Amino acid sequence: MKLRLDKLGVVVALLAVYAAFFAPLMIFRPNRIVPGQGKSLWESLPPSTSISFVVVISVAILITLFKTPLYLRLSAAAAVLAGLAISVGSAASFLTPDGNTYARVSPASGAWLLMLAFALLAADAIARLRPTPVVRIALLAVSLAGIALVLSSGLWDGLSIIREYAGRADVFWQEAGKHVTLAIGSLIAAAVVGLPLGVLAHRVTSLRAGILNTLNFVQTIPSIALFGILIAPLGWIAINVPGAAAIGIRGIGAAPAFVALFLYSLLPVVANTVVGLEGVPREANEAARGVGMTGRQRLFGIELPLAMPVILTGIRIVLVQNIGLATIAALIGGGGFGVFVFQGVGQTAMDLVLLGAVPTVVLAFTAATVLDALVELNAPVGTRGKAA
Amino acid sequence: MRAWLPLMLRALLLVLLLTFLLMPESFDPILRPLVQQNAPAIYNQGSLLTLTLLHLRTVAIATTAAILVAVPMAILVTRPIGAEFLPLSRGLVNIGQTFPPVAVLALAVPTLGFGEKPTLVALFLYGLLPIFENTLTGLTTLPPSVMEAARGTGMTGLQRLFKVELPLATPVILAGIRLSVVISLATATIGSTVAAKTLGEVIIAGLQANNLAFILQGGLIVGALAILIYDTLSAVERVAARRTGLNVR
Repeated sequence: MKLRLDKLGVVVALLAVYAAFFAPLMIFRPNRIVPGQGKSLWESLPPSTSISFVVVISVAILITLFKTPLYLRLSAAAAVLAGLAISVGSAASFLTPDGNTYARVSPASGAWLLMLAFALLAADAIARLRPTPVVRIALLAVSLAGIALVLSSGLWDGLSIIREYAGRADVFWQEAGKHVTLAIGSLIAAAVVGLPLGVLAHRVTSLRAGILNTLNFVQTIPSIALFGILIAPLGWIAINVPGAAAIGIRGIGAAPAFVALFLYSLLPVVANTVVGLEGVPREANEAARGVGMTGRQRLFGIELPLAMPVILTGIRIVLVQNIGLATIAALIGGGGFGVFVFQGVGQTAMDLVLLGAVPTVVLAFTAATVLDALVELNAPVGTRGKAA
Repeated sequence: MRAWLPLMLRALLLVLLLTFLLMPESFDPILRPLVQQNAPAIYNQGSLLTLTLLHLRTVAIATTAAILVAVPMAILVTRPIGAEFLPLSRGLVNIGQTFPPVAVLALAVPTLGFGEKPTLVALFLYGLLPIFENTLTGLTTLPPSVMEAARGTGMTGLQRLFKVELPLATPVILAGIRLSVVISLATATIGSTVAAKTLGEVIIAGLQANNLAFILQGGLIVGALAILIYDTLSAVERVAARRTGLNVR
């Protein structure tokens, strides 16, 4: 068999060679806010570790360069990513002088680029293998379990981002809870209101343009402004409506953030419900009418199930969007991971920014993958596989 | 008469916006009830007009960059030579969308410093997906009969691309650009959390001083800009679609 070069492989290999041999793997700083000093792969790791890591990378690069079986490529990518996780952890303890609690070690451009290169390779292999939705969720679960394992093993404890976490573990989980509650709670509220509104807009044509235009306008208001604008009316409600303050409605904090996310969520839910219902084949509806189904029976038995993939796509858009937007809630005291991001920007402590940003990205990515799989599972038989 | 109503409303919005930007003081009485006594009702830490122009400039630069990258990228992966990158590039641009803009901004700060540059990076990354996605849709859903005919007349690959495929895909590509611009207009305000000169500055000043009038004027200017630009681009799209003669959605 003749070996042929793989085009994507060449890109990944170039990126990996640069990242491993020419870019700093780690960055060392005497304390958390001063600019750091880059350390190459050889400087960052004990000799035996660095040699074995370089061997793993080199083998993986060779596998990547040529047209090789997809499973082999996926395994190579997984091996490098696992090696990277171990190396980054051991570099942290290797570079930190014994007993020094001020020094900070964090991954530098080399480590991030290696991660990018081999994540690209893994993503490409997975995309070309065309896994079924269930397999995709399983792969995601395995990767998340791997990360959880590394985190609980204490391997990364010397890393700066984990040090930041260790100092505020309680707060972290509190904010995580707030973030998820904001993102998912507002989504549920939007689904409860948006679905009937979408059905209404579909049935009553004269209302459709009005409803959709209003929601479109809401989307054009920048998130930080909408958060701010809602402070006043909610503050007024808290003071003037008995009982409102008792259930947590206040001018600043989570309430305006929740309402703003809810308003942003309405458009995709309503618009997709309308589009989904419009896409229901006329024959299906007529057949249902023919067998004597009432309007209500048709809606719940025929139309909504057939529109479900489109509606779910809307929900996916909303969830990913909400997880990202919830970071901005921190600006008005609404909590969430944004708290760490803005604190980090204020203190120019980038590891603190990462502590807020990384969980947000992981959360959004998880939500996107799971909902994409759900959309595909809900698609009518025969069209499956096209959505991806 | 009815057909003119939307156009009239938009013209009114434009006039209102321009008046507000050029003579903000004249709106003082309207915004006055929203602020506490002695607090300014009109943004007074800089010119609203300048901020609006800087805001538009930031969005324009980022969107242009996103077009220059996304369109060639989509063309490349739909040619035989780049077909290997298609599944990956799709996934990649999708993943890019899961990064919250605030995080992109904050992480770009150490390398690029505070100000406009991190904002441009975040807007650029955010603008890529809709343009790429739509260019891809436009180029891959052309009627097979048209493509056959082009091939039949002996056009080369490049001729087909420039004379048939791109002109026919233009309305769909424009729709992607429109989406991207509207998202960028709103997202640019977040740039002010890292000291970029955009209308976000007005909103953030309002949040800090608990001044509802500031928040409202910042938000409404951006909203009005978004509506006007959205409508203008929609009109351009309709013209382009009519010129293709195809019944594109």
